[in-house]
Amino acid sequence: MGEAIKAAIDAFASPVSIFVGSILVFAVFMTFPKQCTTRWVSAVFAVLFLAFFAFGLTDEHFRGIVTKPDNVPIVAMLFIFGYFTWFAMKKAVDNDERIAKGEPPWEKTEADEKVMVFPYLIYIEFVVALFCSIGLVLWSIFLKAPLEEPANPTISPNPSKAPWYFLGLQEMLVYFDPWIAGVLLPTFIILGLCALPYIDRDTKTSGFYSYAARKMPIMFFMFGFWILWILLIIVGTFLRGPNWNFFGPFEVWDVHKVVPLVNINLSEIIFIKWLSQGLPSNWFLREAPGILIVLFYFAVPPVLMAKTVCKKIYEKVGPERYGVFIILMLMMLALPIKMFLRWGFNLKYIVAIPEFFFNI
Amino acid sequence: MGENQDKEEPKKKSSLNFLSRIKLPKFSWKDFRLKTQVGKSMFRHGYSDDEKDRAMTVLTNVFFHLHPVRVRKSGARFGFTWCAGGLTFFIFLTLVVSGIMLMFYYRPTVEYAYNDIIALREHVPFGIMRELHRWGAHAMIITVWLHMFRVFMTGSYKPPREFNWVIGVILLVLTLLLSFTGYLLPWDQLAIWAITVGTNMARATPFLGHEGPGAALLALGDIQLIHSGSDVRFALLGGRFVGEAALLRFYILHCVAIPVAAVILMAVHFWRIRKDGGISAPL
Repeated sequence: MGEAIKAAIDAFASPVSIFVGSILVFAVFMTFPKQCTTRWVSAVFAVLFLAFFAFGLTDEHFRGIVTKPDNVPIVAMLFIFGYFTWFAMKKAVDNDERIAKGEPPWEKTEADEKVMVFPYLIYIEFVVALFCSIGLVLWSIFLKAPLEEPANPTISPNPSKAPWYFLGLQEMLVYFDPWIAGVLLPTFIILGLCALPYIDRDTKTSGFYSYAARKMPIMFFMFGFWILWILLIIVGTFLRGPNWNFFGPFEVWDVHKVVPLVNINLSEIIFIKWLSQGLPSNWFLREAPGILIVLFYFAVPPVLMAKTVCKKIYEKVGPERYGVFIILMLMMLALPIKMFLRWGFNLKYIVAIPEFFFNI
Repeated sequence: MGENQDKEEPKKKSSLNFLSRIKLPKFSWKDFRLKTQVGKSMFRHGYSDDEKDRAMTVLTNVFFHLHPVRVRKSGARFGFTWCAGGLTFFIFLTLVVSGIMLMFYYRPTVEYAYNDIIALREHVPFGIMRELHRWGAHAMIITVWLHMFRVFMTGSYKPPREFNWVIGVILLVLTLLLSFTGYLLPWDQLAIWAITVGTNMARATPFLGHEGPGAALLALGDIQLIHSGSDVRFALLGGRFVGEAALLRFYILHCVAIPVAAVILMAVHFWRIRKDGGISAPL
């Protein structure tokens, strides 16, 4: 019975099913936050997650990966962030209901009242620091810091993985070249985070938990954080084995797993498959369709969206801020778009100019 | 009850009974604080629990005075802030202390680094400083993300706090870099290959990495300006691969350069919280 369930989960697990499934769960959660944070639904979610985890721990391979010392923080993080996402959304939904009824948010009822920092705040800080210390000391006593064989530049482990907090970036390498996954996208993540308060500046909705009042920013942020960051870390850490091949959660990491390399470039699809001729020898001619598509992606949707779906945002923030916002959004969405192109059409590069290390 | 008292009776008559007859001078913390010159010189506030004295407690203590004297009740709630930012700072302090302890035992050379870690494990019985440092580093990353998540969810990045949010983003990046540079120091297979994978990305930096797009354009005639011995990865590692120079660079970045930058930015970050109006609240 247990083995059958594991086999079924492994057979079903793939980057496609995990991402599509997660995005569906995400969409349901963001569409029905009130229903999803009720006691019963959240209890069912928590029990299902815990049950899967407990069931997984009975499996030797699963246990081996999840309890690997450096992976323990990721597991802890999943629980912590799962809880606090639920907590924040619950508070937000509560406040939204109050606002809908014409009452001020909870925070407002206490905002004009002041308390002495000593002892009230310092007491809270002390207790929290105390529990944190106890937790860290217990963690340190029961789990030894890993130490492998001495460094040997001639033997590279398979798979070689970056520290866990960068595994989202390493996972992006599946879909993008290093200059995008390792340099461009991280830069845009940092710039995007920095730019956030200069784009979303409506102070009427600051200082309290709310979803209805700040739906757009919260949806974007949660999508970026949970799907494009945390989920990529989970896949990169737990589900990527030797040669960075994908393995199900209960699948043994087989070094000899053979995965067909069937990915092809856009130029090959266009010139060889559709036009039935060889690739042009001139790289510019060869990649012209891809370059046009990329230029189109960054030029046309912003204008169209400014006049349709994003009209309100455009009018609210003005052309400069809208421009920054839309470029950041398109950069962010480029990752899931490239993923789906890869899964759906085996597309390797939209623009492939290996002559200049310029592949998109 | 009666029986228990009977049983305790003989105890008082035991040979240790003389101890109770010794008159030790009674130590009173309160008297020490309020009546001795030493106590009065340490603490500049009284001992009563009125508001004035509590205000003085915060104002005259360098550690407490990061706080204002009074805060909004909504902002003092654990449910609002989750204490994530304060916890991040607390873990940072833990890491500074445990890190200094580790520096006594560790030499950043290819020859000694790994053996020093082994020695640390073998020679310090029940030692948990390395564990505390490693797990603390992971915990700090989690709390710093949690802090960002909370600030985002409450919309606290909005004006007038936008610049402090930017500083926070830089601090978050520094936290990741601190953890990343520390990852190399044990000099085991895990360390060297994780850093190799991480720094390989720098090869592909546009224009500045020798495998990055545009790097080939930076040339004087036939002479390539950007090659594997002059690109940004070389600057980071002090060589073409993760070796002796990289270990020393990462050690100095980890123990001196990044912590100094982080501390300065933390000072600005904390100071700006108050200058920007304290923990956010609805207008």
